[in-house]
Amino acid sequence: MTGAALATASGARALRPARDILPMLIFLVFALLPIVASLTTRQYLLDVGARMMVFAVAAVALDLLVGYAGLISFGHAAFIGLGAYAVGILAAHGINDALVALPAAIAVSMLFAWLTGIVCLRTKGAYFIMITLAFGQMVYFIATSLAPYGGDNGLTIAARNTVAGWPLLKSDRAFYCFTLICLLATYLFCRGLVVSRFGRVLRGTKENATRMATIGFNARRFQLVAYVIAGGLGGVSGFLLGNSTEFVSPEYMSWQRSGELIVMVILGGVGTLDGAIIGSAVYLFAEEWLSRTFEAWQAIFGPLLVLVVLFARGGLIGLTAQLRRRFGHA
Amino acid sequence: MPEPVLRLEGLRKNFGSLVVTDDVTLDVVPGEMHAIIGPNGAGKTTLINQISGLIPPDEGRILFAGADVTGLPPEARALRGLARSFQITSILPGFSVLENVALAVQARAGSSLRFVGRAADEAALNLPAMAALEQTGIADRARVPAGELSHGEKRALELAIALAMQPTLLLLDEPMAGIGREETERQVELLLRLKGEMTMVLVEHDMAAVFALADRISVLIRGRVLVTGLPEAVRADPQVVTAYLGEQME
Repeated sequence: MTGAALATASGARALRPARDILPMLIFLVFALLPIVASLTTRQYLLDVGARMMVFAVAAVALDLLVGYAGLISFGHAAFIGLGAYAVGILAAHGINDALVALPAAIAVSMLFAWLTGIVCLRTKGAYFIMITLAFGQMVYFIATSLAPYGGDNGLTIAARNTVAGWPLLKSDRAFYCFTLICLLATYLFCRGLVVSRFGRVLRGTKENATRMATIGFNARRFQLVAYVIAGGLGGVSGFLLGNSTEFVSPEYMSWQRSGELIVMVILGGVGTLDGAIIGSAVYLFAEEWLSRTFEAWQAIFGPLLVLVVLFARGGLIGLTAQLRRRFGHA
Repeated sequence: MPEPVLRLEGLRKNFGSLVVTDDVTLDVVPGEMHAIIGPNGAGKTTLINQISGLIPPDEGRILFAGADVTGLPPEARALRGLARSFQITSILPGFSVLENVALAVQARAGSSLRFVGRAADEAALNLPAMAALEQTGIADRARVPAGELSHGEKRALELAIALAMQPTLLLLDEPMAGIGREETERQVELLLRLKGEMTMVLVEHDMAAVFALADRISVLIRGRVLVTGLPEAVRADPQVVTAYLGEQME
């Protein structure tokens, strides 16, 4: 095969419209939501939509670890918490500009991911799950004991971050748009990442670590970089969460929160990135509407999740693919 | 005598009370095809695993290209030019055949901390990978997921991955295991062509292939090197005949 033939062969594969329709739809819906909200005067739609996207940022990052590196991190909420606390603590000291707070949120999360990742990645499988959970709980308990910053009760942030002194994020709609941009950037970055040289090595170590070692790749090194990247994106999510609620609490990083993130990723479909967004949207939708009509909403949601895991291998995305196969091409 | 590419010094490995490598001392000189033969359970694969770094020896030293690599992890040995194939096929089944080989090229290229650009479209990685696939005769299967290859094709892919690493030493762990006569003949032909380009250590049960290929043969019995020598000498050695070859040749 010649170089030209190679290029066309792979070029043809890069053009897969079915692969791109779903994310385009997802982002179209998110982009149209503010218009719907203002037309129907249902402002809470804006809040719910922003919340979905905030968690989608963290879920996409977690999918990078779970779906592409085979690392089931059960402490991902810690990064959200660290990002949110970076906003809160800086604000408590009078620094409330996003140009400081956002880089700080990312840097703190990445640093924590790097330090703990070195330790966590010495373990595998169930031990990795347990040790990431342990580090997550460690941060949780540190936050509850931070008396100057509210301790158990959390910390109220006086106002949303400004951008270079301008109150750009003040209106809910502007904040919504900013969150949408953050999610889009995260998604595009991760989609590029998983097919890049780095992403290919990461996927390879998930599939056959021994083979990757014997051709010259140190799996742990690449996994650590992925862990730090996913941590940094978790920090972005935390920055957004702190700003959207104007409140920070240790609850943001409890292990239940980490579990919810894993549920979002599995619900949507592991290793697809699109699935992480859909999963967090569906999860938060269920939380919002089911909990409004039925107090013990988790009693409904729990069995639903079991059904998805049992019958829709590959999550909701896998389910749509299965249905398409069964009922011809819709 | 030139400096050996690979030198094993007093290598010893026990699995519990079972001695699998028993004081193995061995030199592999540049350019030679050194076969290691022996009955099942003689510790051939364990020896290969120690050389490639997947299992640490209990005692002894492994010198590769003059440097002590005993404590180095497998990836460091691979980057120094030590490639291997596996007895039980070890590939990335979900990746295309081409990507399996392109990853080996990428490892050598060194810059794998690139986060942008489609790795699968990089001609700089795909062209050398394609060349390795052509060498092993499965270039027409480049776009197929590696998991869908036939057993014989998977063996060829193993070899292509190793060749793409442009190794100075190639460890082949039973490359003819479980493949048909025709494919075996093709594999022998290919290895004959590669002879001299790189140093090779061949573990193999197919004695016809071993005697067609090997420059020197070491016979391993219960973890011990019984004898090392030229093929004719090994074939005629009465000790070897009683311990192993007798049953193999008749």
